[in-house]
Amino acid sequence: MNPYVPVLISFAAAVLLIGVFLFFCHAFGPKAPSPIKSDPFECGNPPSGPAHDRFAVRFYIVAMLFLLFDIEVVFLYPWAILFRELGGLGIMEMGFFLTLLVGGLAYVWWRGALEWE
Amino acid sequence: MDLISILIVVAKVAFVLIVVLHFGALMTWAERKQAALIQDRIGPNRINILGVKALGLIQIMADGLKMIMKEDFIPAGAHRLYHTLAPAIAMFPALVALAVVPFGPSFDVAGRHIELQVANLDVGILFVLAVSSLGVYGIALAGWASNNKYSLLGTVRATAQMISYEIPMGLAIIGIVMTYGTLEMNKIVELQGEYFRLGGLPILPKWGIFYQPLGFVLLFTALIAETKRTPFDLPEGESELVAGFNVEYSGMKWGMFFLGEFASIVVVSALVATLYFGGWQIPYVNLMALPALPRVLLGVATFFGKVIVLCWLQLLVRWTLPRFRYDQLMHLGWKRLMPLAIANLPLTAAWIWMLGGMKS
Repeated sequence: MNPYVPVLISFAAAVLLIGVFLFFCHAFGPKAPSPIKSDPFECGNPPSGPAHDRFAVRFYIVAMLFLLFDIEVVFLYPWAILFRELGGLGIMEMGFFLTLLVGGLAYVWWRGALEWE
Repeated sequence: MDLISILIVVAKVAFVLIVVLHFGALMTWAERKQAALIQDRIGPNRINILGVKALGLIQIMADGLKMIMKEDFIPAGAHRLYHTLAPAIAMFPALVALAVVPFGPSFDVAGRHIELQVANLDVGILFVLAVSSLGVYGIALAGWASNNKYSLLGTVRATAQMISYEIPMGLAIIGIVMTYGTLEMNKIVELQGEYFRLGGLPILPKWGIFYQPLGFVLLFTALIAETKRTPFDLPEGESELVAGFNVEYSGMKWGMFFLGEFASIVVVSALVATLYFGGWQIPYVNLMALPALPRVLLGVATFFGKVIVLCWLQLLVRWTLPRFRYDQLMHLGWKRLMPLAIANLPLTAAWIWMLGGMKS
């Protein structure tokens, strides 16, 4: 049997279960909406300003750094499996790659992209 | 692909789902009892059925019933579809991630070879990494669709935290992949049944933790951060964000976030037990030499014993350490865990070289 068939069955079972949970939410329980209840919750105060406010630009930087480094991590996986067969040459090449990775990390560190005050 | 083999798969899927959900539900009780123990309280002990309290276990049922009977509330400004979709996506990874984890030794019955693992993928570890990353989408959608400032702040924090700790997590697992030379969970558990020998005597089992002590600490820390629990629970910080991304959720949808969180504790424990503590292997006992029934019973019991101990370890961490500040969290992830995780790779390579496992 194709090993991905059990994965699909597992996905289907999870989706079914989640569907049951969502149905429970919807089917039971009272429905009593009111304008005050529908306001965004701000600890009892009247909501001030739009909810989708601006937030710190640092979070965008974290997202970009994540994309860069996570892709480099993915490149390491094939090497990690084959690294016994590749031997000394493989180690040297990966050493070079890791040096670049560490260089990149040192650069963003030095430029202050990882600082949170 | 006959009917019986499909039925076997369905049975295994059902077993894994039932185990994850029951462990998840039991964890809510264990967490409260553990908190009570540490804070010198009694914990849940009032709910009873006809006077039977069962150490407060009935509380789980009461909580479940209460969540079902609450109003399913969607705030006026919220995006209705995304608001409903978010808890579903947040819960999904915890339910399917265990599909590749072997929870017991294989056995033969009626001419069939049965592996106690839902799917024996050759990319097992990558599957777990890929599926567990999906959880970020649930959290991101929840905060964005809720139309609430606290939700949005909690979401932004949670997303930044989860993606930051995903890198050390991936790097730490590479150490294990280098050591065992495979991504198949099955093979990794099998290889952990061997021993480091000194003069022919088995001294230590070849468990991941003995090969990769640093990797274990890194992975466990990163995984606790991924499940967003104290000391990494800034996305939920009650004192500053009320409850973070789930402020505008009620009833069972709110419960789904928490069931997902508790289930992911179980998933984390199962993953760590498989990669670092020999899965279902018992040290110095060759399970494969036993007849099928005791082999399976002992193996499954051992695996879940290890899972329970690791779950409990996470509860201890949760109730012992105070919450980080956000700059400390980012500092730990990027400036401590990440360099250590990168340094772990040459260390692992040198260690394997010394043990003579290299080709040339």
